Amino acid sequence: MNLPVLKAADFASDQDVRWCPGCGDYSILAQMKKVLPDLGVPREKIVFISGIGCSSRFPYYMNTYGMHSIHGRAPTFATGLKSTRPDLMVWVITGDGDALSIGGNHFIHALRRNIDVNIVLFNNRIYGLTKGQYSPTSTEGQVTKSTPMGSIDHPINPLSLALAAEATFVARSIDAHVKHLGNMLQRASEHKGTSLVEVYQNCNVFNDGAMAYAQERKQRAENVVELEHGKPLIFGEKSDKGVRLVGSRLEVVNLADVPVDDLLIHDEKEPNPAIQMMMARMRYPEMPEPIGVLRAVEGVATYNDQINDQVEQAKIKKGPGSLQELFTTGDTWEVA
Amino acid sequence: MTASPTTSKNVKTVSGITVRLAGDSGDGMQLLGTQLTNTSALAGNDVATFPDFPAEIRAPRGTRAGVSGFQVQFASEEIFTPGDQLDALVVMNPAAMVTNLGDLRKGGILIANVDGFVEKEFKLAKLEANPLDASVIEETYRVFKVPMTKLTRTAVAEHGLSQKVGDRCKNFFAMGLVYWLFGRSLDTTLRFIEDKFGRKPEIAAANIAALRAGWAYGETTEAFGESFQVEAATLSPGTYRNMMGNQALAWGLITASELCGKDLFYGTYPITPASDILHELAKFKNFGVRTFQAEDEIAAMCATIGAAFGGTMAVTASSGPGIALKAEGMGLGMILELPMIVINVQRGGPSTGLPTKTEQSDLLQCMYGRNGESPLPILAPRSPGDCFDIAVEAWRLATECMCPVMILSDGYLANGSEPWRIPDIASLPKIDIKHPEGADGDEPFLPYARDEHLARPWAIPGTPELMHRVGGLEKQEGTGNVSYDPANHQHMTDTRAAKVNQIAQRIPDQDILGETSGDVLVVSWGGTYGACHTAVNKCRQAGHSVSHMHLRYIHPMPKNVGELLKAFKTVIVPELNMGQLRMLLRSTYLVDCIGVNKVQGKPFHISELVNAIESHVSVPSKSTGNSKSTGNSKPNGKANVQSRAS
Repeated sequence: MNLPVLKAADFASDQDVRWCPGCGDYSILAQMKKVLPDLGVPREKIVFISGIGCSSRFPYYMNTYGMHSIHGRAPTFATGLKSTRPDLMVWVITGDGDALSIGGNHFIHALRRNIDVNIVLFNNRIYGLTKGQYSPTSTEGQVTKSTPMGSIDHPINPLSLALAAEATFVARSIDAHVKHLGNMLQRASEHKGTSLVEVYQNCNVFNDGAMAYAQERKQRAENVVELEHGKPLIFGEKSDKGVRLVGSRLEVVNLADVPVDDLLIHDEKEPNPAIQMMMARMRYPEMPEPIGVLRAVEGVATYNDQINDQVEQAKIKKGPGSLQELFTTGDTWEVA
Repeated sequence: MTASPTTSKNVKTVSGITVRLAGDSGDGMQLLGTQLTNTSALAGNDVATFPDFPAEIRAPRGTRAGVSGFQVQFASEEIFTPGDQLDALVVMNPAAMVTNLGDLRKGGILIANVDGFVEKEFKLAKLEANPLDASVIEETYRVFKVPMTKLTRTAVAEHGLSQKVGDRCKNFFAMGLVYWLFGRSLDTTLRFIEDKFGRKPEIAAANIAALRAGWAYGETTEAFGESFQVEAATLSPGTYRNMMGNQALAWGLITASELCGKDLFYGTYPITPASDILHELAKFKNFGVRTFQAEDEIAAMCATIGAAFGGTMAVTASSGPGIALKAEGMGLGMILELPMIVINVQRGGPSTGLPTKTEQSDLLQCMYGRNGESPLPILAPRSPGDCFDIAVEAWRLATECMCPVMILSDGYLANGSEPWRIPDIASLPKIDIKHPEGADGDEPFLPYARDEHLARPWAIPGTPELMHRVGGLEKQEGTGNVSYDPANHQHMTDTRAAKVNQIAQRIPDQDILGETSGDVLVVSWGGTYGACHTAVNKCRQAGHSVSHMHLRYIHPMPKNVGELLKAFKTVIVPELNMGQLRMLLRSTYLVDCIGVNKVQGKPFHISELVNAIESHVSVPSKSTGNSKSTGNSKPNGKANVQSRAS
C-alpha cells in the first residue's frame, strides 16, 4: 500500500496548545509529532487516550483520534479499545498523579496484562493542574502547597512498580533530551505488548528544576547513565565512571581503579527483572539515574491477541454462533 | 435408565402448588429447586421461582444464618409470582424449619428429615427442644417425619461410597419424594444426573438410587395417602424453555449484537447478583462475545466506553455498590455521547447491604447518581423472561440516541425463572447502525452535529478524514472542541436532556390493566410486576375499581403516564424501597401517591398488596388529605403503607 508521506505538521490539530510557556510538555508533543510520520501508520489508525492533568490535554493537540477521559483511568479505556480494535495503534498519555495515585491500580493491571498499548508517563513530581500539591513521586520533605512542613510520603518509583508488574517494556527519558526521547517513543511503538516510557518533565511553574540534575545538559552526564543493550554502564562527563554488581548490590566505581570488564553489562532482554529492578532503584544523588530501555522482553502474549484468539478458537470449535441453536438447545417444550 | 414410574395411589388434581425446599447451604437445595422447576416447566405448568440463599458460601453449618431455600410455584393457570403462602415445605434440619415455618399455610404439608433433628442440630439452631415435638405443629400442619439420611444410606449402600459421600445423595432422596408427592416425572432429573455425573458412574448410580428410593418411599409408605397432580397450563402456543433473569439478559445482549451485526464487548467486575451474566456470556465467544473481567468496577465501566469508542457493542453490569463506583465513568459516557448499556442488578442496600437479597432501592441512584446534569434513559424488566426484550430494546435506544442506556434489574428477577416463549428470530427487527464513512466533500467533519433524534454521528477510529477528539470537558456543539462558552454549556445541557426526553415520543404509550380511570391505580416497576398484577386482579375480581400500570420505561416515561395518573382518585405505588418511584411521580406529574414500601430483602406477598389496595378502595377518595404520613417501619414484618402526605 502506498501511504501518503506525512510530516510532523500533519499530526497537529487545529487547537491552540495551552500549556504554560516553558512547560516540558511542549518538547514531548514535538517529539511525538516527529516520530509518528516514520511509523507508517495512517493518522486515522492512531488513538491517543489520556486521563486528567496537564499532560492529559495532549490528545486535543494531535490530529488523530483521541479521548480525554477521566482521572487515572486512561489505561482502562485503552484496554477496552485495543481488545476490540487490535488494528489501532493506541497511546496512553498520563502523568505521575494520574497514573500512580488515582490510577495506580489500572496502571499495574494494564502492564501485567501486556495489552499492546504505549503508555507515556509525564513525571514532573507535582500536581500542576490543581496548582501545586505534592504528587506520589514528590521527594520526601518536599515543600508544596499541601505539605508546608514537607512531604512525609515515601515516593513511588514508576520503573520499580512497572518491573514488579512484570511489564515487558520499560524505559525512561527526559523532556529536554529530545533525541533520546524520540528514540524511546519509537522503541515503545515498536514493542508488542504494553510499553511504558517515563519522561522526566519539568513543571516550570510549580516544581521548576526538580530534576535539573538530569535535565540540564551540563549536569546530566554526571547524574545519568544512558543504558544501551549489551553495553557496560558507563557515565560521567569524561565517561570515567561505571556501575558494577558486587554481591547483591550495585556500586559506582571509578574507571581509573576498575577495568571496564568488571562493569555491569546491560541486558534489556533478560526476562528475570531482578537486575533491571536494581538499576531502576539507582537514585540521584547517591547513584546515576538510568535512562533508556531498561527492559524489552519480546514474545510474551498480549491481552488483545489472546482475547481475540479465544473468539476465533471458539468459532472453529463450536461453529459461528446461531441464535436458533442457542434458543433451542436443552430442554424445551411445545404448547399447541 | 428406565422410564419414570407412575403411582397407583389416589391422585388429587389441584390448580397450583407452592413448595419451598429449605436446608443447610451445603444440602443442595438450590439444585433440588432448579430440578423441580425444570421438571414442572417441561410438564407444561406455568412456573415461577424464588431462590433465597445466604451471602456466605459456606455459612456455619446448621445455623439459622446458613439456611438456603428455594421456592417454586407451578400451576395449571397463568401465574406471575412464586406464590405467597406455602402449600408444602421440605426441611432438612431444625434451623430450616424454624426460619421457614411461618410461611407455611395452615393445613399445609411439612416434610422433615428427622435424621437432621438431633440434639447437636437443636443447639446450632439455638433451640432448646425438638421443634417437631411441639403439639401445635401436628395440630396445624400435615407433618411427615422421614428418616431421609438413614433411608438414603440404605439406598446407596450397594454403590460402595463412603458414608460422607453417600449422605450427600439425600437431597436426591428428598427430590424423589417431592416428585412422587406432586406427580412429577423423574426423567428430566435422571437425564441431568447422567449428564452431570457421567464421569463418576458410581456417584451417578447412587444419586439415581436415592432419587428412586425417595419416590418409592412416597408410593409405599402408608403415611402418604394421596399425591397431587397439576395439569399443564394454557400458555400461548409456541416453543418454550425455562429462563432465568440473568440468563435472559445475556441472551438478549447476544441477540442484540446479532441484530445489529456487531460483536459484543462485556466489561465487568464480579458482584452478586450480576455475575451470572458474565458466566453466561463467557460461554458464547463463538458469537463474537469478548468478556473482560476488569481489575475493578471503574475499569469495567471505562473499558466499556473504550470499546464503544471503537465501534463495538459495549456493555457493563454491576449491582448498586459497583454502580456507585461507575458513576463518574457513566457521566463521561453520557457527555461523549457514545452508545453502551449499563446494567444494575439491584440488591439490598445501602453499602454492602444484603448482597443476595432483592430490593429496588437504586432507582434514584440511576436517575440522579452522577455529578452535573447527566440524564440517561432507564429501562426496567418486569419478569425474568422480559429481561431478554429489555436488553434488545436498550441497545436499540442506545444506538438511536447515541448515549448510555441503563437497565434496572434486581436479584429477584436475576435468579428467578419462568417459562419463556422462544421468539421467532426472523421476526425480530434488525437494529440499523450507520457509521459515517468519510468526509463530506471539503466540509470539516462535525462530530457533534445532530440528527433528527439529536444523536451525533458515531465516527469510529480507522475512518480516514474523520479524526476527532472527544473528552469529558464541555463540547462545542458541532465541532466537539472544548468550550467554556456559557451559552453553549446551556445549549449542550438542554440538548442532552432533550435527546433523552424525546424517547417518550417514540416508545409505545403506557398500557394499563383495567379501566383507564377509576378509584385506584396501582403503579409499579421492575420485579414487583407479578405480585402487583396478581393483587390487582384479585381486587378486580372482588368487584373493586382498581387498575394497574406497570412501567418498563422508567426514564423517560411514556408520554401518556401523567394523563393516566390524573384519571384516578387514588394512586398507590408499591415498591421494595422507601418511595423512590413515588417521589419521581409526584415531582414529575404533581400527582399525589400513596406508597406501599418494604425493604426486608424479600419480594411482596400478594396478600399484603391486596390488603393495602383494599384499605383504600372503601375509603371515600380524596377526602382524607389531612391524614398524617406515618413513615415508621412496622416491627411486624408487614409492608409499610404510607398514608397520603398532607
